Amino acid sequence: MLRKTVGALTLSVMAAQVQAATEIQWWHAMGGELGEKINEIADKFNASQDDYQVVPVFKGNYTETMTAAISAFRAREQPHIVQVFEVGTATMMAAEGAVYPVYQLMEDTGQAFDPRDYLASVTGYYTSNDGKMLSMPFNSSTPVLYYNKDALAKAGVEPPKTWEEMGEAGRKLLEAGYDCGFTTGWQSWVQLENFSARHNVPFATENNGFAGLDTELAFNSPLHVKHVQQLADWQKEGIFSYGGRRSDSAPKFYSGECAMYMNSSASYAGVKNNAKGFEFGVAQLPTWGEAIEQPQNSIIGGATLWTLQGHDKDDYKGVARFYSFLSSPEIQADWHQFTGYLPITHDAAELTREQGFYAQNPGTDVAITQMTSVTPTANSKGLRLGNFVQIRDIINEELENVWSGKDSAEAALNRAVERGNKLLRKFERQNG
Amino acid sequence: MQSQPVFNHRWLPWLLLLPQLAITLVFFLWPAAQAVWQSFLMEDAFGLSTEFVWFENFSVLLQDEIYHRSFATTFIFSIGVTALSMGGALLLAVMADQVIRGARVYRTLLVWPYAVAPAVAGVLWMFMFNPSIGILSYLLEQLGYDWNHFLNGDQAMLLVIIAAAWKQISYNFLFFLAGLQAIPRSLIEAAALDGAGPMKRFWTILFPLLSPTSFFLLVINVVYAFFDTFGIIHAVTQGGPGGSTSILVYKVFDDGFNGLDLGSSAAQSVILMAIVGALTVVQFRYIERKVQY
Repeated sequence: MLRKTVGALTLSVMAAQVQAATEIQWWHAMGGELGEKINEIADKFNASQDDYQVVPVFKGNYTETMTAAISAFRAREQPHIVQVFEVGTATMMAAEGAVYPVYQLMEDTGQAFDPRDYLASVTGYYTSNDGKMLSMPFNSSTPVLYYNKDALAKAGVEPPKTWEEMGEAGRKLLEAGYDCGFTTGWQSWVQLENFSARHNVPFATENNGFAGLDTELAFNSPLHVKHVQQLADWQKEGIFSYGGRRSDSAPKFYSGECAMYMNSSASYAGVKNNAKGFEFGVAQLPTWGEAIEQPQNSIIGGATLWTLQGHDKDDYKGVARFYSFLSSPEIQADWHQFTGYLPITHDAAELTREQGFYAQNPGTDVAITQMTSVTPTANSKGLRLGNFVQIRDIINEELENVWSGKDSAEAALNRAVERGNKLLRKFERQNG
Repeated sequence: MQSQPVFNHRWLPWLLLLPQLAITLVFFLWPAAQAVWQSFLMEDAFGLSTEFVWFENFSVLLQDEIYHRSFATTFIFSIGVTALSMGGALLLAVMADQVIRGARVYRTLLVWPYAVAPAVAGVLWMFMFNPSIGILSYLLEQLGYDWNHFLNGDQAMLLVIIAAAWKQISYNFLFFLAGLQAIPRSLIEAAALDGAGPMKRFWTILFPLLSPTSFFLLVINVVYAFFDTFGIIHAVTQGGPGGSTSILVYKVFDDGFNGLDLGSSAAQSVILMAIVGALTVVQFRYIERKVQY
């Protein structure tokens, strides 16, 4: 019995190895339905030609996938393509010699490639300071404002466009008997990183780290302090309610406790499934009317595909062909509509509009409008900061001290900047 | 006449030792040496640029208040786990020792949790205390207590202590029970005849006679809390909220794998190696002393 099983296993392993096509390893972090969608994309590509075989491998969550790829690189066993989340960007970009920049890959393999086809506000995060695209955007999202239509109607307010209106709306909601005006997910990403981009102020010096490793954090400006202090004051009044890190605050919105909720545009499906008993709408992130008239674009979160060095030249032709395939309007539009992530090309957005998706699913286009209605500036292109995972943890800790009333916004932000700068200096030293 | 067989081969003892030596070398000494070497380096994640910095990783650590806090966290955690698991095990052992009918069933059930993998134990407790769906957090809420270990660091600490202690109670229970059964019945009976109540008998006879076992378990439990609880922390809190359950061994993992700072992570594991070395010395000294009892 055992011998039979072993025999069958050996046979199947051998069968998998006997393939004429060149294998392209693609390590990713998409579990569940998203993982199945990835397999579907790879299957479609494999069926479309005979020369290459893309093999997607699920490697766990974002951190695990990135660590696995880096350890594999150190052991010279790296995959061709690895999916890395946006906070890992600086680490990947600093690794010259380990990564194969997309623009160069396309050039070397003679694959047709025009960076202008892509949404500038999406690719901007992953381009070098002189505008060269380094990685292939794959799943990107941006924060938006979800609101409870029924609650807002009951309180007699419109979805707020500015933070000034947010305060008034919150007060009216409390008067109408609600416990909480609004809550937020991913506080560092939404209330500081995107806040900076929307108001066209730097989150860090050196063009948010794009221009050099000697960048320093700058989110303790008077505008930032004012915003965080206002949120803390609103927390006391009940207008704002802190619900935990990441997306832990979602149940506050789902249950109807909070009438508004700021989080990723990719949360759309989750909100749609869970917001039972009320109608919801989607709006752009509010800005301070007194601080900026025409808000800048928001910045993205999510992950991109990085190509790793160290394989045969011929393999990279396959990678380049796969990237072109991935960027095609049909594949992109399908991925965008299925997952709620942003489309990466103008054509894909256009195709989705033509297919009537935005008309049927009102609010799904808000994120794209928010990202593309203005030209990104140095402050809204993205962030490139080393040790960013740890810096976000520091920001979380310090902000929690503000929400609990232990600290003033000014003291907490100053300390977060000071602590974060130490990590930036360390990264500069390690990668300089 | 010689009754013992004699082996004159010079190489045979070495040959017989070889497999074990090879395993020790490959899986213990070599990685340990690599960790020591890495702790002197400052490196980017991919290992593309390397700088030899002598003891800088250590000096940075010793000045880092987060690292200090992790020491304090580990201290509280270890005391909590050791006290709870030993206290609980002793109580259960004393009670199981008095059971006459179905003693084996009780013993088997009490030893059971030891067979559960740390990560599985962690997940079990995490589900029971999950603020949104956990049965125990629901009951606590009915009693008017707001349980949310995602936000409250003290609650998170309490939870990982309970989970880690629960897993270790079985091990302690076995040793305490064996220790209790080694105590002559006649001593206890004599004390009973002299009019000593159960509490008095416990504190004046059983507890002092159990002290060798207790001291041995103390060392084992501290080592367990320091090093073997990684799986529970990783499954339940991942060191959070805000680093409040980030014990030293978890921080080694977190800085190395999430932070990709291999130099600092290696330096921390070298410090941990020194601590476990010191604890082992204490343990050996103790066992030597125990022989004289």
